Amino acid sequence: METTLTLGFVELISQPWHWSVSGAAIALTLFLLTWMGRSFGVSMTFKDTCGLFGAEKINDFFKVDWPNETWRMVFVFGGLAGGVIAGLYLRSPEAAAISQSTISHLADWGLSYPEGDSKGLGFVPTDFFNFSSVKGIILALLGGFLVGFGARYADGCTSGHAITGLSHLQVSSLITVIGFFIGGLVMTHLLMPLMFG
Amino acid sequence: MKNIAFFAVGIFFGITMTKSEAISWFRIHEMFRFESFHMYGIIGTAVVLGAIILQVMKRTKMKTWNGNVVEYTPMPFNLARHLISGTIFGLGWALVGCCPGPMYVLVGHGYWIILVVIAGAVLGTFSYGLVKHKLPH
Repeated sequence: METTLTLGFVELISQPWHWSVSGAAIALTLFLLTWMGRSFGVSMTFKDTCGLFGAEKINDFFKVDWPNETWRMVFVFGGLAGGVIAGLYLRSPEAAAISQSTISHLADWGLSYPEGDSKGLGFVPTDFFNFSSVKGIILALLGGFLVGFGARYADGCTSGHAITGLSHLQVSSLITVIGFFIGGLVMTHLLMPLMFG
Repeated sequence: MKNIAFFAVGIFFGITMTKSEAISWFRIHEMFRFESFHMYGIIGTAVVLGAIILQVMKRTKMKTWNGNVVEYTPMPFNLARHLISGTIFGLGWALVGCCPGPMYVLVGHGYWIILVVIAGAVLGTFSYGLVKHKLPH
């Protein structure tokens, strides 16, 4: 009886979560970290990594306040472990159900869905980004660079501004999130057609 | 001991990012093409519930496990900085289709190419530290 119930639960949460459930789970993460005395934010881990590689010798900006930053590294490694667990035990029966119009637009770029993701999950277009493609490696590095530079200049990323900052009703976070969208729209509609179209 | 708790919340976050499909490049691409409500629904729900939760925590002066009340230090307002920095981030976010949290989760799924994205993000952060004093703040 208990086994059946457990199996039923795993099967249930292995389905793709409805957006409202997902949003509530993110709000719960925000609550837990806040209650644990920390401010939810991920991008500082990149600066912590700079510090680990010795950048603090170059510039005071890279000095890491270690006892107070440790939790963040532990948290993102937890996130990585969560990815492992979800991948092994909570796999959705099918690839992410993205809209038909996105699928046909990507077909115009020569990217089939979901086959364009070698794992078939609909998470990463490995046809574009893979180690055999010099272009893909350069674009992955460039995109990451922009995320890292922008996040530190903005003093936060999606978790720090779009979730935490907006939930604290911060106008600066709202403007930053508007910036996220300006950049995202320019990249998606003007620049990516030049790269992949 | 506390680190075990942070690790556990991280696991919950990683599972949430996966099952919400917020780690999907395709979902981000679809969002910026306004072809689905999915991502807007996730972020919208998180912010509305998050705002309510934080308001309640602040108004009831709820104690955190360190015995402090919830505080948030606002950053100095600078329109140019917020817009420019946000735009730079957004350009990268749309290209690689994942923001920092999902990057780590995707590595957990075995997408090793994302390690290149993370290396880029560390390099970007390092470069910002070098040119910081030349930018409007």
